[in-house]
Amino acid sequence: MSAELEAEPTFVDKFPEEARIIRAAMWGSFLALTLGAIFGIIQTLHRTGLARPFSSVDYYTFLTAHGVFLVISFTIFFLVGLFTWAVVRSLDRPLLNTKITWTWYGMMAVGMTMTGISILAGFTSRIDMSADVLFTFYAPLQAHPLFYTGLVVFIIGTWVAGADWFRTWLAWRDENPGERIPLQTFMVLTTMIMWYIATLAIAASVLLFLLPWSLGLIESVNPTLTRTLFWFFGHPVVYFWLMPAYMLWYTVLPKIAGGRLFSDPLARVVFVLFLLLSTPVGIHHQYLDPGIAEGFKFISMTNTMFLLLPSLLTAFTVVASVEYGARRRGGTGIFGWLRALPWRNPAFTGMMLAGLMFAAGGFSGMINAGLNINYMIHNTIWVPGHFHLTVGTAVALTFMAGAYWLWPQLTNRPLYSPQIGLAQVVLWFIGMALMSNAMHAQGLLGVPRRTAEPEYAGFEYPMAFGGFEELNLQLAIGGTILFVSTVLFIANIVITSWSPKASGLARPLPPALSGPEDAPKVLDNLRLWVGIALVLVFLAYALPLAGIISNSGVFGTGAGTYPVWIDVPTAVAERALAVVTGVTATLVNAVTGVFTL
Amino acid sequence: MHVHAYEKLWLALAIVLILLLIGSVTYGAVGPGIAMVADSQDPVDPQALDEDDRFAEPRVEQVGEDEYAAYVEAYQFGFDPDPIVVPEHSTVTFYVTSPDVIHGFQVVGTNANTMVVPGEVAEITVEVTEPKEYGVICNEYCGSAHHAMEGTFEVVSEEEYEEWLDENQDGDDTEGGAADEDGEEGEDA
Repeated sequence: MSAELEAEPTFVDKFPEEARIIRAAMWGSFLALTLGAIFGIIQTLHRTGLARPFSSVDYYTFLTAHGVFLVISFTIFFLVGLFTWAVVRSLDRPLLNTKITWTWYGMMAVGMTMTGISILAGFTSRIDMSADVLFTFYAPLQAHPLFYTGLVVFIIGTWVAGADWFRTWLAWRDENPGERIPLQTFMVLTTMIMWYIATLAIAASVLLFLLPWSLGLIESVNPTLTRTLFWFFGHPVVYFWLMPAYMLWYTVLPKIAGGRLFSDPLARVVFVLFLLLSTPVGIHHQYLDPGIAEGFKFISMTNTMFLLLPSLLTAFTVVASVEYGARRRGGTGIFGWLRALPWRNPAFTGMMLAGLMFAAGGFSGMINAGLNINYMIHNTIWVPGHFHLTVGTAVALTFMAGAYWLWPQLTNRPLYSPQIGLAQVVLWFIGMALMSNAMHAQGLLGVPRRTAEPEYAGFEYPMAFGGFEELNLQLAIGGTILFVSTVLFIANIVITSWSPKASGLARPLPPALSGPEDAPKVLDNLRLWVGIALVLVFLAYALPLAGIISNSGVFGTGAGTYPVWIDVPTAVAERALAVVTGVTATLVNAVTGVFTL
Repeated sequence: MHVHAYEKLWLALAIVLILLLIGSVTYGAVGPGIAMVADSQDPVDPQALDEDDRFAEPRVEQVGEDEYAAYVEAYQFGFDPDPIVVPEHSTVTFYVTSPDVIHGFQVVGTNANTMVVPGEVAEITVEVTEPKEYGVICNEYCGSAHHAMEGTFEVVSEEEYEEWLDENQDGDDTEGGAADEDGEEGEDA
């Protein structure tokens, strides 16, 4: 009998079509990462004044592209790939109909391409189009209608993806009556419920206000209202990035460490807590907004602080699971077991370093969440310093480490170079430590975020933690190391994809020490959690939204439009109608596809 | 559901930490009295600021003994008035709005910091002490020349403030309206 026949089948052996879709999603993610990294290094050098080959006007186009491609495209394409893998693997059954799967993949790809084109067109004046609105697209700054339309198509694509996974789970449930939802599928479903609730607000903001406004159909919007709807979505989206990383920490990291997850029930509790708490906190991004009463800000602050709980629980469970693995590998002593861990494995080291950085990001997050201390750092470069630790490392580095582990099982090709992989994750950690530290420190000096030229004519920054210039240098060195790290990652994955195939690459995941049978049944009652989540969202948002509307009206007090993209309502009405009809048709097709197929 | 004893301890400590954090914010609000920017001011029509009593003439105005009100317009791409001048050892309340897009208003190196949203009026009160000149910047991206949007906030001595008033307030000065002096560090908002 040949070795190949003996080897356990990999994911791609068992589910070749699903593996193809997952690879396609991840290629989308890696393409966005590549573009985002190129824009990132340009920004780092421009902002710090080390090299300014482009104009400061173009800086904002780079900044918009960097933000949108990394926080929307890179993260979410990786998520849909990983979630598809997790659902199929943990249910051990194929998706119901891969035509639907390719449909949502196509919608996401087309939507992101539309949005991407509208942003990149800002580099040339020959095309009358731009979207220099950054990833937050605060009105009354206006992007070309293509920008908003692309976002809507992309988000509807993610909705169909969620429906695809739910349907597959329902089919599995019929085949396996009475069984507990497998942990990874549970994580996918709870995360998607959170996503549906969160994206309702952004869909409303874009479809009711921003898109019609950009088409010239309505004259003005209420800037506080669209901003509030953005952050209704904008905070849970950070957990949408983070939950796939948590899934890898809970279900894959313990296995790589040589052990298994400590507690399946607590993992479920954590995901339920995120479902409940991640949406009713968005107002903490608006602590300094006029037009929102102080009491609502205080409520949002307390909810935000309680959101620390699931992350603190995760820290315990993940470390305990890793320690269990180390002890099984022969590790001993209070801290001596750390030496027994597989530090040469880039997947392991990458995830551990990502987790460590997340702890640091958690500390700066507590400062951000502190209603009154936030005055010091609001809109300073401290804030991007914070989220480059969270989404930029906890999430991004975990995804890269996860790719080192997963990619061979999706391709039957062993990773080209684990050594380069190891160097890559360590470089990311070092680069981010430098860059993020400099950003936090500059933020305390009052250096603003989101600016092409943070040096001003009229004043000098105070000195602390090293001066402004010194920190600029540190920031640029960190950013350059991060760029090199990204290049190494992409190269490793690309070369792997052309490497010869091999067998024996399957890495099955063991069940938890304390399994789902220990988890109270109520945890799997998704309807209950949806209900509570909606009640909490209602409590947190009904009064603030009512207050905003009663203060300044649904369409505001007459804010202008900057710039005006399309000015002649009647001329455009037809075109708008065509767009709406097209989108509706796609939506109807997708939805009927979901329910009838 | 089995929960390990150490995990129970960890959970308890986590909850204590959360309560301490909430407690510290609450203390900041009721102890030092740090108030939040809120909806205390009536909204305005951003394209008709010249019809609004507060912003028809951006200015600094004395409203009490050692108390000043600064009505500031943050626009693409600058601040009016500029400089904002107030006398030392005074309490200054900033009222800031925008005629165009969303801006930020931050006195650099202090906690005097707020969003400036068209249609809304941000109100923050700070206490200034010794004479000092501060930079004021827009810290929210507001368009292609965002990085050029800056101003100054000057806290000056009583004598300098009188001089400044004489120079800027007599005659038919419609531009600056009431004169002001300079300001200083934000204490609480």
